[in-house]
Amino acid sequence: MSTTIAAILFVGVIAYALFGGADYGAGFWDLTAGGPERGRRSRELISLSLSPVWEANHTWLIFCLVTLWTGFPQAFAAITTTLYVPLGLAALGIVTRGAGFAFRHSLPEGRGEQLSSAAFACSSVLTPFFFGTVAGGIASGRVPTDGHGDPLSSWVNPTAALGGVLAVAVCAYLAAVFLNGQAQRRGDEQLEAAFRDRAVAAAVATGLVALAGVFVLRSDSPRLFHQLSTVGAPLLAVSAVCGLIALLLLRRSRTVVVRGMAATAIATVVAGWGVAQYPYLLGTHLVIQQAAAPTATLWVLVVVSCVAAALIAPSLLVLYVLQLRRKLG
Amino acid sequence: MLLSSLLSVADPPQLLPAREQMAFTLGFHIIIVPFGVAFTFMMLVCQFRALRYGDQQALLLAQRWSRVAAVLFAVGAVSGTVLTFELGLLWPGLMGAYGAAFGFPFAIEGLFFFLEAIFMAIYIYGWRRLPPWPHFLTGVVVTLAGVGGTASVIAANSWMNQPGGFTVKDGRVTEVVPSKVFFNGAFWWETVHMLLAAYIVAGFMVAGVYAWGLLKGRRDRYHRLGFLVPFTTAAIAMPLQFLVGDTIARQVFDREPAKFAAIELVPSTADHVPETLGGVIVNGAVRYGLPLPDVASILAGFRPSTTIRGLDAIPRAVRPDDAVVNVVHLAFDVMVGTASLLLLLSLWFAWFWWRRREVPTNRWFLRGAAVAGLVSLASLESGWVVTEVGRQPWAVVGVLLTRDAVATQGNLWPLFATVLAIYLCVGIGALLVLRTMRRRWSESGPDAVAVPYGPRPAPAAKDHSDGADRP
Repeated sequence: MSTTIAAILFVGVIAYALFGGADYGAGFWDLTAGGPERGRRSRELISLSLSPVWEANHTWLIFCLVTLWTGFPQAFAAITTTLYVPLGLAALGIVTRGAGFAFRHSLPEGRGEQLSSAAFACSSVLTPFFFGTVAGGIASGRVPTDGHGDPLSSWVNPTAALGGVLAVAVCAYLAAVFLNGQAQRRGDEQLEAAFRDRAVAAAVATGLVALAGVFVLRSDSPRLFHQLSTVGAPLLAVSAVCGLIALLLLRRSRTVVVRGMAATAIATVVAGWGVAQYPYLLGTHLVIQQAAAPTATLWVLVVVSCVAAALIAPSLLVLYVLQLRRKLG
Repeated sequence: MLLSSLLSVADPPQLLPAREQMAFTLGFHIIIVPFGVAFTFMMLVCQFRALRYGDQQALLLAQRWSRVAAVLFAVGAVSGTVLTFELGLLWPGLMGAYGAAFGFPFAIEGLFFFLEAIFMAIYIYGWRRLPPWPHFLTGVVVTLAGVGGTASVIAANSWMNQPGGFTVKDGRVTEVVPSKVFFNGAFWWETVHMLLAAYIVAGFMVAGVYAWGLLKGRRDRYHRLGFLVPFTTAAIAMPLQFLVGDTIARQVFDREPAKFAAIELVPSTADHVPETLGGVIVNGAVRYGLPLPDVASILAGFRPSTTIRGLDAIPRAVRPDDAVVNVVHLAFDVMVGTASLLLLLSLWFAWFWWRRREVPTNRWFLRGAAVAGLVSLASLESGWVVTEVGRQPWAVVGVLLTRDAVATQGNLWPLFATVLAIYLCVGIGALLVLRTMRRRWSESGPDAVAVPYGPRPAPAAKDHSDGADRP
């Protein structure tokens, strides 16, 4: 039962990595789009693509947090009393980002608009970085069962740094792939090509970070490394293959397949982390079963998840289909 | 001075910044909540008029309101996310120990919020290219999800006031009865109280904007309708709120005697307790207030001889000190006082409407209506002060002290300072955005041609239409 809840929690994490990731990544490309004139069209595309969907994309984060504190309250408290610095910074980043984004396309062009645009773009890069360090801190077993771990070394360490950089790279990659598709749907060849190049660059960067990660994990997180290279290996292999296929197909403008492949590549990496951690909740300790809430509570979470699958999933599908068919806006 | 006196020596140094930050961020978020919960309903009323009777002005109102809602919903979404983080960052003792018991209402709230976010997006961005009635229905989903979301969050909050449905063994929650957690003793009335408050605040706030326009002589149909729909909504909710509030007060008298003693400023257990308007408690004695003889006893039990348990009935170790009691009592007075003014305004409106069947032209009425939104906000905020401060020193009544719930690591002041700075920017930004919208709309006037449900307007026509705001 508790394993089911842990799996559900991880589905939420994967969903957030994909949808939230693409969302943050759009902010990365907003930041790097160049000056107000040069970046105008990229930014317009980003605004149009993000506006209707960004709030829904970030609800996955809420889903993860509430599932964690309801299903595994002890682990939740352990994480928040140890990694409170990056978590606090991420929370502030979310406010800055959301408000900046909402304000920028309601304000007339000028100082206010540029300021909120900058707030949106910068926090889009910083927030996933901090979430990445949180993941790294947990995965490397630096969160003690009773919490109150070292407030600094728990997230300032090689694995956490890898997590942070990888998160930013993954976000940028996903976003470039999705924006490439959006540009194609809008028939903007110039932007389509621009985001294709960006997707390729981000894919290569992500691959290099992942390769470097092998060495980082081997020296810094031996258990994670061992598990990833054994039980997690198939998933990582799938990820690598999908990533390569996506890279090859990008040139051929097969956006639907590319999107699927890119998403699978990222989802399998995150799933690999989950499988590698099993049966521990905090990387190297605190077995899932020991940390679980009473059965009745877990049942409520199962029911909530079923309702989510029956109600939220189709609703999300409607939202994304309407958005892709350009019925919104 | 007030702040420092709220703390005793034994408290961890994180308690004060954590409480202040939680109070501030909740107080900020609750301003936005009414718009997420109730504003859509008013849009739907207008939209229904438009679709059913071809009312173009109503359509324009609904469209413009949805633009405002989009901005406020974004601010609410992010400030709500911060609250989620804060439950862990500031109150790990609460979530770690009792998350297993009362965490799941938040999960249910997550579902409703998911629905709300999805259909809000479809509603706001669907004006141009969705068919009319399906578009209307997406708004209905938003309104219903708002009710469900409110109920879920209140379930968690009311559980903290009247906890139940769980067993603790060796400091761990070992058994949970979910239905008793969710539908705890305080759940129903607190939920209805908050829902009505949301409709009242959103109604008076929106109506206030148009009352201002009416005062300035813009008496066209657009402004009259923009005033009428939200004001009527709030005015209908207002008397209901009094009935609900009165019932809740008696329930608090029955089940949360400590809170009731603070609300009514009762130092020692007695019958024939006066209702003290204003006033404070100093060294255990009531000072300065205006006492109405026997009224507190009558309100609590319908008889002057009703005995009300005083602050002296609370064990000394968990007895709130004078400063806390005074905050609760004065906040209660502000809540009831402001609500009474709003009730009078609503009755005044009812009288006008009964006599003339039109939007009042009386300038004093309109002035009152213009500030009614801010007054209702004061009422809402002080209501939350009553329920939250009135629970102290408990985080969960009788189960967990706030000082045991708070984080004990690090210095929380820098975080609070940063939060204040960022929220200040967000607040100013939101006001600037709303002002920009108002200016643009008052320039384009009520006759602006909106082209909903049609093909994409040509670029030239687009600049003049309402939809010209960048999406």
